[in-house]
Amino acid sequence: MARSPGPLTRKFYAIARISWPGVVSALFLLLLIGATFTVLLIGSGPIRLINDLGKDPYLRQVVGFTLWQASLSTLLSIGMAIPVARAFARQSSFPGRRLVLQLLGLPVVTPVIVAVLGIIAVYGQSGILRDGLQLLGLSWSGRFYGLTGILVAHVFFNFPLSVRMLLPAWDRIPSENWRLAAQLGMNSRQLFRWLEWPALTSVLPGTAAVVFLLCFSSFAVVLVLGGGPSATTIEVAIYQALRFEFDPPRAAALALGQLGICTALVLGLHHWIRAQSISRGLASGARYRPDVDQSIHRSFDLAVIGLTSTFVALPLGAIVYAGCTGPLSSVLLDSRLWAAAGRSVGIALAAAAVALSLAVGLLVTSRHLVFQLRRRTESDVLQIAGSITLAVPPMVTGTGLFLLLLPLGIAFDLAVLVIILVNATLVLPYMMRTVGPAFLDAGHRYDRLCRQLGMSGWYRLRLADWPIIRRPLGFAVALCATLSVGDMGVAALFDTSGAITLPVLLYHRLGAYRFDEAAVTALALIVLCAVVFLVVDRGIGRWHS
Amino acid sequence: MKFLLRGGFALLTAITYCAQAETEKLTIYTYSSFVSDWGPGPAVKKAFERDCNCELDFVGLEDGAALLSRLQLEGRHSKADIILGLDTNLTTEAAATGLLAPHGLNIDELDLSIDWTDDVFLPYDYGHFAFVYDSEALAVVPGSLEALVQDTSGPQLIIQDPRTSTPGLGLLLWIRVVFGDDAPLAWSQLAPRILTVTAGWSTAYGLFLEGEAPLVLSYTTSPAYHRHVEGTDRYRAAAFSEGHYAQIEVAAKLADSPHQALADRFLVFMLSPAFQDLIPTTNWMFPAGRTSQPLPDAFTGLVQPTRTLLIEPEQVAAHRRAWVREWLEVLGR
Repeated sequence: MARSPGPLTRKFYAIARISWPGVVSALFLLLLIGATFTVLLIGSGPIRLINDLGKDPYLRQVVGFTLWQASLSTLLSIGMAIPVARAFARQSSFPGRRLVLQLLGLPVVTPVIVAVLGIIAVYGQSGILRDGLQLLGLSWSGRFYGLTGILVAHVFFNFPLSVRMLLPAWDRIPSENWRLAAQLGMNSRQLFRWLEWPALTSVLPGTAAVVFLLCFSSFAVVLVLGGGPSATTIEVAIYQALRFEFDPPRAAALALGQLGICTALVLGLHHWIRAQSISRGLASGARYRPDVDQSIHRSFDLAVIGLTSTFVALPLGAIVYAGCTGPLSSVLLDSRLWAAAGRSVGIALAAAAVALSLAVGLLVTSRHLVFQLRRRTESDVLQIAGSITLAVPPMVTGTGLFLLLLPLGIAFDLAVLVIILVNATLVLPYMMRTVGPAFLDAGHRYDRLCRQLGMSGWYRLRLADWPIIRRPLGFAVALCATLSVGDMGVAALFDTSGAITLPVLLYHRLGAYRFDEAAVTALALIVLCAVVFLVVDRGIGRWHS
Repeated sequence: MKFLLRGGFALLTAITYCAQAETEKLTIYTYSSFVSDWGPGPAVKKAFERDCNCELDFVGLEDGAALLSRLQLEGRHSKADIILGLDTNLTTEAAATGLLAPHGLNIDELDLSIDWTDDVFLPYDYGHFAFVYDSEALAVVPGSLEALVQDTSGPQLIIQDPRTSTPGLGLLLWIRVVFGDDAPLAWSQLAPRILTVTAGWSTAYGLFLEGEAPLVLSYTTSPAYHRHVEGTDRYRAAAFSEGHYAQIEVAAKLADSPHQALADRFLVFMLSPAFQDLIPTTNWMFPAGRTSQPLPDAFTGLVQPTRTLLIEPEQVAAHRRAWVREWLEVLGR
């Protein structure tokens, strides 16, 4: 005789029926991270890990250097970003302001390896900058490879990002405060001390935390510009342990170390990291501030903004120039380039699709828990699950999967699949952050209506949510696909032909010291990124249900 | 439905036919300078494909030493049929993987220019490591390894990573031979002047020619390239009084390769004049086999090492990891 289900079981089924998308997504992530962790733990042997760290001074140096360069990079990026952001805030209207701010958004989406090439061309040992200085009678003979090069590259990526993350702070200063300050006759320094600094303190920790994390798990920059064992980060050491020395236990031990430190950082800084939003900085409040009219401040601000744009534009310009004047035909006629480009795009689209499915699953359930079941904690858990990959760097997941597949002999056959999976986790946090707010917004507007109409699942997604989330979703998928096209880390780990993806091909051209060919390849990669972004963004953004 | 089935069948037949018609493909893992446009790769490919009815596919890794870790990494599932570019410092460890097959050739009949007894590896060229300098940028040329190491105000130099590069490993062993247990001390004296450690020889030499440092680890034969191709004496090798560490570059076939006969054929081809004639003016090394013509004029007047230094392969195999760790630790400071 069938027993009728009790009230508790029925309730469980009811919850399960509506929350399965989030549960499936969360389980998928947990499984991936759990498997990675287990493989690494078994692979390294905890005893060996402790032994290694105790006995191997080199490993300690690597960990120390990783933290040191990340701290310096953060300090420099933030330190430079504060005056520049202030200049942008103070000069709320000048011709080209919008364009310059968009320029500052470029480094984030530029493939790291491309930017590194540009940085070498401009700021490197025999770069344009040194030639220019020599013309002026100045010379600098210091080493570019090592800490200097790494810092220049990290500042190139994170200083513009910091400017855009700090800018919203000025919007939060109420206009009454400016008026009051004007009445009190405050000068520029006092304004900073009493108005701007207190507003900045609410965004500074979050910005610094994000920059620190990015620099902590930097791979391609250090691989190319490190210049030897004295400047090696944990991620590069993992790669070298596998590819240079074939020492899987060492790679596993290093990956565990990276995982541990990253998790501790993310847990410790979580409060600040989650509150971050990147402003496009375009909504310039036309607020009156007392020091805006002084010509000395205006020229100072414009000079700072001019220097910043030059710093960012030069490496990108150098690549475009070298690419256009390089051996275009011979590089573009190479079938390896097109094969690699094709794989890159395929991987990027697949990774974006996987990330999107995971994100939508998590968000649907998270929203459901917020609006209908009023369970804030559970929904928080799902949101956190989406950004958990910040704590598990792609190189760590990649190493785990690599060590899992290696004994089976299929690591290289499944390379493309693994890269898709790892890139999906890499871009998931961006996806959650961009689509999440729109999802909640759609919930605020239509949740009651949908429930009254009994509209749920696919129909609700298509009819109620789609019109609202379409644009941010298009942007998010485009952004994620573009980031994935440019990423090199895990692809380098799994590469066997030297051309598995376009960034890897570029890295090898750079290694073979074919600068002109590398420049053309870099240009091709930039164009590919732009095309992927525009097609996906416009394609989804304009696609009506 | 029937139409679909028929179409599918036709497609399958076509695919099978194409697969059969495809020529046999021999994949060779080697180092990047070997496959570069100015290296031996393109000419070797052309010469071998002329009458083998096959396709020769080179995959260029960073440098020779990376071949060993790649071999270990890919294990029995490697796509390579032959690895070309290890040197005698790595042969013991490479043979110990059990992934390589004996070449099965009678060495006495090969007419090699060096003594050789190995039954797995075959040598294709040899040379001596040396620091090559730019005579327009370096006024005082060090006369010994000791002078180079101990002159703390000496010139900046570019070297290669011993984990990926056979020249990098060669320098590690060279310093080991000359300084013995004081090798770590020697490295710590040298370290401040190392501009960068590259993964492969190509990057290092490229940076050197760009003028980034006046000194680079390369070979005694490198100046021959500049004389022969560019007609200049600007780049020269420094003769060191302690002697120069030697390198014998070798190739071997993989035991699991499905193309055994073709691989054998390539190894025989490798030691024939058709291949060996290319070595002096493309790989800029001394040929290990018979050539049909004497060395080009550019090879006369090169640095002649007063002593040839070489550590036994077994001894390198026993200590390599420890010595590399030591090197990492000193340079990591």
